[in-house]
Amino acid sequence: MSELTLERGLAALRAEIDGPVAAFFSSCVHCGICATACPFYVETGDPKYTPILKVEPLRRVWKSEFTLWGRLLSTLGLTKKVTDEMLAEWEELIYDSCSMCGRCSLVCPVGNDIQAMVRKTREGMVASGHAPEGLIAASVRAIQTGSPMGLQWKTLQVQIEHVQSSTGLEVPVDKAGVDYLAMLSSMEVINFPEYLEAITKIFDHAGVTWTLSTQCFEATNAGIQIGNKDVAALLVQRVVDAAVKLGVKNVISPECGHAYTAIRWEGPNLIGKPYPFKVFHIIEVLDELRAAGRIKTEGMETDRLSMHDPCNLARKSGVIDQQRNLMNLVADNFVELKEHGKYQWCCGAGGGVSSNERAEPLKLAAFKRKKAQIEEVSPARMVTMCATCRTQLEEGLEEFNMDIPVVGLTEMIADHLVEKA
Amino acid sequence: MTKANKTLGESLREHGVSRRGFLKFCAATASMMALPPSMVPAIAAALEKARRPSVIWLSFQECTGCTESLTRSHSPTVEDLILDVISLDYHHTLQAASGDAAEAAREQAMKENHGSYLLIVDGSLPGPDSNPGYSTIAGISNYDLLMEAVEGAAAVVAVGTCAAFGGLPAANPNPTGAVSVMDLVKDKPVINVSGCPPVPMVITGVLAHYLTFGKLPELDQYHRPKAFFGQSIHDRCYRRPFYDKGLFAESFDDEGAKAGWCLYRLGCKGPSTYNACATMRWNSGTSWPVESGHPCLGCSEPRFWDAGSFYAPLSVPTGANGGTILAAGVTGAIVGGAVAALARKQVKAERADRQPVTVDELEQKL
Amino acid sequence: MSDPMDFLLWTKGPAFEWAIAIFALGLLARLLEIFVIGRRPNYAEPRAGEWGPGMRTVFTRSIADPGTFKSAPFNVVVGWIWHVGFLIVLLLFIPHLELIKSLLGFAWPGLPNPVVDLVTAVTLVALVATLVHRLTHPVKKRISTVEDYVVWGITFLVVLSGYLAYHRVINPYPLALGLHILSAEIFLILLPFTKLTHIFTTVIARWYNGASFGRRGVAS
Repeated sequence: MSELTLERGLAALRAEIDGPVAAFFSSCVHCGICATACPFYVETGDPKYTPILKVEPLRRVWKSEFTLWGRLLSTLGLTKKVTDEMLAEWEELIYDSCSMCGRCSLVCPVGNDIQAMVRKTREGMVASGHAPEGLIAASVRAIQTGSPMGLQWKTLQVQIEHVQSSTGLEVPVDKAGVDYLAMLSSMEVINFPEYLEAITKIFDHAGVTWTLSTQCFEATNAGIQIGNKDVAALLVQRVVDAAVKLGVKNVISPECGHAYTAIRWEGPNLIGKPYPFKVFHIIEVLDELRAAGRIKTEGMETDRLSMHDPCNLARKSGVIDQQRNLMNLVADNFVELKEHGKYQWCCGAGGGVSSNERAEPLKLAAFKRKKAQIEEVSPARMVTMCATCRTQLEEGLEEFNMDIPVVGLTEMIADHLVEKA
Repeated sequence: MTKANKTLGESLREHGVSRRGFLKFCAATASMMALPPSMVPAIAAALEKARRPSVIWLSFQECTGCTESLTRSHSPTVEDLILDVISLDYHHTLQAASGDAAEAAREQAMKENHGSYLLIVDGSLPGPDSNPGYSTIAGISNYDLLMEAVEGAAAVVAVGTCAAFGGLPAANPNPTGAVSVMDLVKDKPVINVSGCPPVPMVITGVLAHYLTFGKLPELDQYHRPKAFFGQSIHDRCYRRPFYDKGLFAESFDDEGAKAGWCLYRLGCKGPSTYNACATMRWNSGTSWPVESGHPCLGCSEPRFWDAGSFYAPLSVPTGANGGTILAAGVTGAIVGGAVAALARKQVKAERADRQPVTVDELEQKL
Repeated sequence: MSDPMDFLLWTKGPAFEWAIAIFALGLLARLLEIFVIGRRPNYAEPRAGEWGPGMRTVFTRSIADPGTFKSAPFNVVVGWIWHVGFLIVLLLFIPHLELIKSLLGFAWPGLPNPVVDLVTAVTLVALVATLVHRLTHPVKKRISTVEDYVVWGITFLVVLSGYLAYHRVINPYPLALGLHILSAEIFLILLPFTKLTHIFTTVIARWYNGASFGRRGVAS
């Protein structure tokens, strides 16, 4: 029976070396500015969480095997090696204290995309058997059951029926040739069922043809969280197969952060070719409908609202204006957090951190940065577009006894739809 | 013929030099040597009583420029008088005798004044391992002549950069194997009066010091008298304010050159050259190279002929040019390319060979 | 190396050639290592092109965003001061311009010596401040290696030796100038094998960063 070994980890790291990695490591001058952008460092003060330090295993492989000087030093046995002990020590740094939010990539003075390198380093961690239990379990469940939380279609079916009876509208299932195949996240289905009802209402209102697929309903990708392209490719392929089977033109990723990154940006490269369809985040779809005049709303939320941009959506995918356009449709007292959009601060839970029980204390510590941002603005409620962010905000605010409810943007839009005549 | 019986004082009076004139000379000498005015009476007393020492002047691989410099004067000067009051018993250019008679005069002077004559050398000479035939006088090699003369000398004065450091004959590729006096003479005091040629008053100032005090003045690490070689041209140059302000002539006869700006960019070696030109100047203080608009060559320094172009600024490397960099770059590209290609192959192989991670393997870790 | 003039001529002659050769070889190797390995094809549908955003980041990344400026003021301010100072001294001092002209065939106007002198002094102070910061700031302390200090040392020495030579503090001058030239040669030799490569690869890293984010519709 084959197993995960250090050698396979090193091979995985080698396979991740590319031109950008070489340029990044050639340019790092150890200035430490990346740490000032990382909520895990900022809120703990522990310098071991400095982002560039997290990718030290990758750097050592690059230095000793891919540079002229490094090769020379290797022959003399003078280079730093990557060992099992080191990777075991690094597990906390790569997984517990990093949500791959990418803020460090945006502030590094020499332009290092440290987040991308963390993603690459995770490949080595998984292949060498040094990933957190929670993420491994989620990956295994996702592959074996189709959902990282083990959610089955029959449970979703119950929710579908509830939505249908509550709205009087149909939730299309396995309809071929429609405009959109909608994906869901298990977290959303379990914690925020109002999402499914919201899109059912909005799509009916806007006259959009759409469907769910029994073949594959899960948008989230545990493979991306754990950082293994084999698991990730397998999971993306299921989405692709379902979309192709139904012959849809577009696939919608739900209110989730990493699911969008997984399907929109990593997916085609995981399967090795472009998709025969387009991929959108639900917020992109809604904004397009708004711009085309297909969403008519009435009434406004009048309380003081602020917004948390999910990292994967805003900083890592450029979906920034869309949610604001939609907010302005239904809120007349919307105030921005001081650093928002591409410079927003991570909630602390993405990138697999929330699936990693061991990382609870760090996750809460990182949240304090978000808490400070919220306190500065003192909203009555927070709006966001990612189930993980939403859960983190709710739990974090409660932990600190802050009575600020969190609401999803899609459901807020749905609440203000003009009733059809 | 030696005239070593009159004292200097007697000689000067014979030449009609008044006491006042003599004391003026002593004061000038004192100030030239940076000695305090209180030394003047001592200088006067010493010179008054000084016996005219015998001086043997050996000329080897030289251009006679040093002698020309020394004797360049348009009216009787005290330099001339000094020369009159040393007994210059052997000098190729200045002596009346020639051939065997000249050599005989030299040998006699050396015998009669054994241990007390001053040996002056100009020009460099082929070293002991070189073919002596490159330079001989009366069939005797320079090397043999020097070593024989040094034996009975009280001190040796190497006049000019050739004698002091090897100079032009020793410049790349040094076909005659030329060396300096300093390279060969280890057991007698050697004083280097470098310059190509040296400033005339520097030569006579050194002689005056020796005559007065019977010993050599304070010397720098190159055995040159600090009084004349202790300051750089740069630190005494009248154009220094322009350097400090950053005003440079960029080409000969441009506006900056006409305005008398600093000549650094035209190749002036003043910053690394130690000599008295900037203060004492030439032709009895008439002018000096920089003042006449030409950058200093650094002619009083060792190996100045091989120190890069006279017109290349001090900050320019002597060897490299665009060609070297190009060659280095091409080599780098080849080596680098090879290394990189290897790396690329390696990465591609890893990607092709990679063993995918399976659920079973993951489950093992739970 | 029997005397100062020989030392100076050695630094201006064979030492220079060797330094340039090693520098060129090492740097070309590093640049080719980056470009020849290259990137894999990206099949995800882009939102925008790569070149525009890539070039943009090359320039804009020099300016710190307001948040970074507030949280890392020392790095930003002192970093700017000593880098700009170093570049001014290197590229606008007349004797250096003559060196550049002899190597490239052309140069450009320089600044008056006293201005460069002042900038050099400021740069030296700023450099000392960066050393103190690296030794005392928790993040820098944690991630710094011996190489960081060696590189600081040689960089500081180059500037210091130049400053001392200009002011003729070390005598004789050929020794002072030779030390400065030698320190610059050591800098060149160390460059391709240390973080000094960032002088040339920062442009590349920023471009890759801008391109990657730009493709996804974000101006990084």
